Amino acid sequence: MIRTERLTKRYPRVTALDGLTVDIGPGVTGLVGANGAGKSTLIKILLGLAPATEGTAAVLGRDAAREGGAIREQVGYMPEHDCLPPDVSATEFVVHMARMSGLPASAARERTADTLRHVGLYEERYRPMGGYSTGMKQRVKLAQALVHDPKLVLLDEPTNGLDPAGRDEMLGLIRRVHADFGISVLVTSHLLGELERTSDHIVVIDGGKLLRSQAIAAFTEVTASLAVEVTDSDTHPDGAAALLAALGGRGLAATAGTGHLVHVDAADEAAYDVVRDVIADLGLGLIRMEQRRHRIAEVFQDAQEAVQ
Amino acid sequence: MSTGTGTGGVRDARIHDIGYRHYEGRRLGRSYARRSLITHSLRGAYGLGRSARHKVLPFGLFGITAIPAIVMVAVAITTGLDELPIEYTSYALFMQPILGLYIALAAPQMVSLDLRFKTIPLYFSRPVERNDYVAAKFAALSLALFLFVSVPLLIAYAGGLLGKLGFAEQTSGFARGLVAAAVFAVLHAAIALLVASLTPRRGFGVAAVIATLTVPYFAVTAVQVVASEQGSPGAVEWLGLFSPGTLLDGIQAAFLGGVSEFPDELEPSGAAAACYPLVAAGLVVLCSYLLTRRYRKAGL
Repeated sequence: MIRTERLTKRYPRVTALDGLTVDIGPGVTGLVGANGAGKSTLIKILLGLAPATEGTAAVLGRDAAREGGAIREQVGYMPEHDCLPPDVSATEFVVHMARMSGLPASAARERTADTLRHVGLYEERYRPMGGYSTGMKQRVKLAQALVHDPKLVLLDEPTNGLDPAGRDEMLGLIRRVHADFGISVLVTSHLLGELERTSDHIVVIDGGKLLRSQAIAAFTEVTASLAVEVTDSDTHPDGAAALLAALGGRGLAATAGTGHLVHVDAADEAAYDVVRDVIADLGLGLIRMEQRRHRIAEVFQDAQEAVQ
Repeated sequence: MSTGTGTGGVRDARIHDIGYRHYEGRRLGRSYARRSLITHSLRGAYGLGRSARHKVLPFGLFGITAIPAIVMVAVAITTGLDELPIEYTSYALFMQPILGLYIALAAPQMVSLDLRFKTIPLYFSRPVERNDYVAAKFAALSLALFLFVSVPLLIAYAGGLLGKLGFAEQTSGFARGLVAAAVFAVLHAAIALLVASLTPRRGFGVAAVIATLTVPYFAVTAVQVVASEQGSPGAVEWLGLFSPGTLLDGIQAAFLGGVSEFPDELEPSGAAAACYPLVAAGLVVLCSYLLTRRYRKAGL
């Protein structure tokens, strides 16, 4: 879908992208980076709206520098900021935007009705957009990016300014864009957590450089490690330390985690029983015992430490 | 859509989600998008496709511009004149205050809103290029202004023919009037669009356009009067080059057989006359160039 090769963009004062090489396939791809990491610059170059200083970028197999127009016909873009005129209705606005994408008038109207329904806008679509909630506005912004049935949509911080419920709805909608509509998505965010649930693939950039590009499964794969949390008791004022010592006595490798957590290397299922028995013998309360998953945040931290 | 049988035999309508459908039809591309933008902007200039509130001013002003045309036809016919009281070519100049108001209304409406509500990136992320946007807006405003001026001329012409004012004379006057209207529209659209594009604030845009169109005009006219009283008609014709209004007046007087409103109805001649269309064309080119520069930075 998207392929960049040593892509570099230098502005007079800053280097926004620094030799970025990524290859993004179909599906939902999360582009993660702090503010100023180069996400918006990358989108501009991909749409053929800004020339790269060095390197190349290709979208849908077309060169972004030379075939920007052809790319923009097949790609949808949802900007980060507000972009809706308040005194027109969502229907009128999206119809106009569909025609600007080259759809004939009747098709534009039909696609607008369909798309607004798919993003969850019903009766209110005939009212001026000035009265919409932030969540409704985000839906219209998404609709205008989808109305011409693109092969790929670029969503710039689509959850910005939404409350937790709105955020979940938007993320669900983004998931559907690929799962139900078959449209690939590149979604940017500075929050890892929300992309973790939505994306198939994560690209992490920082300071215009690629930190990591990996399938989500690899990020969060189940490890053999077991996280155990226990209470303290009168006989064992520090329950976690007591557990650690006792487990060592039973031949299980364990390390102390944060707080009352103990990480146990559980090579086979027998280890589970050992942990249970040890805790029962010590007379401690077992709060939880779970398989540890890698959190993306940890990976991100590791990657950043590696760079520094 | 289908109906099923609910409890108690009540037929209940059900809406079935037919899922997402892909668009297999034609994509008409860049030139179609540009044409669509022209139509959309032209309609916007008259408040069409917007609430009734937005139609009041454009159509009100249009009515005021058209009334004198109707009145003068009526006067010419009832009093048995053999020509219309106002020439076709000077109609735009005669209605200048109203036209100025309309331009000040239409130009910011056309560009400031897109800037203010940051809609520009949505255009530029589509097949249209930045220059297409500028060209479409320029064409739309020129067309809007041309219609604004030429429809009253058409009324006058139709009335003149009905009143049997002399076909050849009326037709030639009308044709020259249309040329003057076109020059007026293109020149003023270029200037007003540039001024309006500099600010996302519509109010500022309106004030700035009015100022740009009127201040130079009154200044030039005043200095022309002084020059004329000092006995230097040569200065009068050169001075006329310095405001859009007098520029148009000079062009219609020198080339379209009209009568100027310069002191003593002076008509530019010789080198000065040749400069009028050149300056007008130069202004249009310069404003268009600055507009494209403006939009290189604006937006995404």
